[in-house]
Amino acid sequence: MDAPADAARAAWLAAQNWLKWQRRILPLFGAASLLFAWWALVTYFEVKPFIAPAPQVVAQVLVQKSDILFANLVPTAIEALSGFALGNLAAILMATLFVHAKSIEMAFFPIVVLINSIPVVAKAPILVLLLGNGMAPKIAIAAVICFFPTLVNMVRGLEAVSPQALELMHVLSANKREVFFRLRLPTSIPFLFSALKIAASTAVVGAIVGEWIGSQEGIGALIIQATYAFDSALLYATVICGSTFSVAFFLVIRMIERLCVRWVPANHG
Amino acid sequence: MSERREVAALEDISLSLVPGSFLTLLGPSGCGKSTLLRVIADIIVPTSGSVRVLGRSADEARRQREIGFVFQDSTLLPWRSAIDNVRLPLQVGGSVRPARRGRSPEELLALVGLAGWENSMPHELSGGMRQRVSIARALLGDPKILLMDEPFGALDEITRDRLNDELLDIWRQTGTTILFVTHSIHEAAYLGQQVLMMAARPGRVREIVPVDLPEPRELAMRDTGDFAALTGRLRRILETC
Repeated sequence: MDAPADAARAAWLAAQNWLKWQRRILPLFGAASLLFAWWALVTYFEVKPFIAPAPQVVAQVLVQKSDILFANLVPTAIEALSGFALGNLAAILMATLFVHAKSIEMAFFPIVVLINSIPVVAKAPILVLLLGNGMAPKIAIAAVICFFPTLVNMVRGLEAVSPQALELMHVLSANKREVFFRLRLPTSIPFLFSALKIAASTAVVGAIVGEWIGSQEGIGALIIQATYAFDSALLYATVICGSTFSVAFFLVIRMIERLCVRWVPANHG
Repeated sequence: MSERREVAALEDISLSLVPGSFLTLLGPSGCGKSTLLRVIADIIVPTSGSVRVLGRSADEARRQREIGFVFQDSTLLPWRSAIDNVRLPLQVGGSVRPARRGRSPEELLALVGLAGWENSMPHELSGGMRQRVSIARALLGDPKILLMDEPFGALDEITRDRLNDELLDIWRQTGTTILFVTHSIHEAAYLGQQVLMMAARPGRVREIVPVDLPEPRELAMRDTGDFAALTGRLRRILETC
């Protein structure tokens, strides 16, 4: 009400506003300074173009060869998205099975963990041998990569139900289906989304790694071609193209998460 | 290494509850107070012996929704608003759900003092408010018996005192029968018309102590000599349990 309090409030608001602007501007400043350092290093040491390109050359390639980059991004995106859908769907179904049949979980869960520990680059050739040279092995690799983390998280999520909540459902004479759909599944949703956010980036990694082994098109194939041709500018542009897609995919999943999971207090993000 | 042995958790307990009465259950930890409530609610099936509730099996009493249960933790579903949590009993147990009876979810929220909070999410409510929502949920369908398992045990003393008074109000307005487990001597004496004292190993009824404090109860009663004499007596019995 009185003047000093108003002044204090105005000062506090101004400080909050400044803080908000800092949060937006400082990351941009950080990125710009790194770009500048990159440009300065390449120019000062006269680095050869086949070792590392200057940033403005990469930007040029991004514009000039955008049609080639886009044509190669499409198959990679299709593989990553299909693999993501298949792998996660299979993981959710298997987690549901595990939760309802403990003996199956006990028999197969250790094997799941074991397979999960095999590196992607080791799994990829096996799947290429099994599935041939088309899109199928890439989709399979992306799916396999998504499958295991989601399975592990989903099982944890479906079992993260408090004993009292189960007792409550029993007092209400809820049947198994009701316990699953009204209690276990909603409980698991935040767990599922943290797995999906990981899977969004790893599915792209899986598709690219799959393309490294015998493929004519796709971001992975373009990376290999550019490397063997010592075309470092194209290599960098391809990498930027692939990671932009991966980040966009991640952001879409996070947006869906924010729409679906409104009950978790907003203290992580 | 000690041998494993089976301990009878509960032994030959018969409770007669006058309809509309308020009975508190007091005993040392491990005496089977919570187990007794869970046996009545058919959450735990005894390994031997049988349970009769309201003249029928515990299983049947549960299916007829004769029993409401309030847990120590409010056990609200965090993705449902207050009113949707109260509605939960209408949405599960479909095949056995009896015809809808008693107050509506909206009326029950108003009864527990949460009119206007229908659309709030559990994480927006205080601990005391969450527990009131869970009481409203337990009262849906007008159960004959309300079982309460240390419902205010996790709350601070000020909130607990307030909720004690509100629970007595709710009890008078609904006329339901309440069986209330607590480990607080004061709470047992203040709320109950009778205090049922349990002894441990095996769990059994030690003594039923009538509470002859004037009705309706008021918090100021806790400062009277009569109240102190009663809690003193309960404490002495507890020492022998």
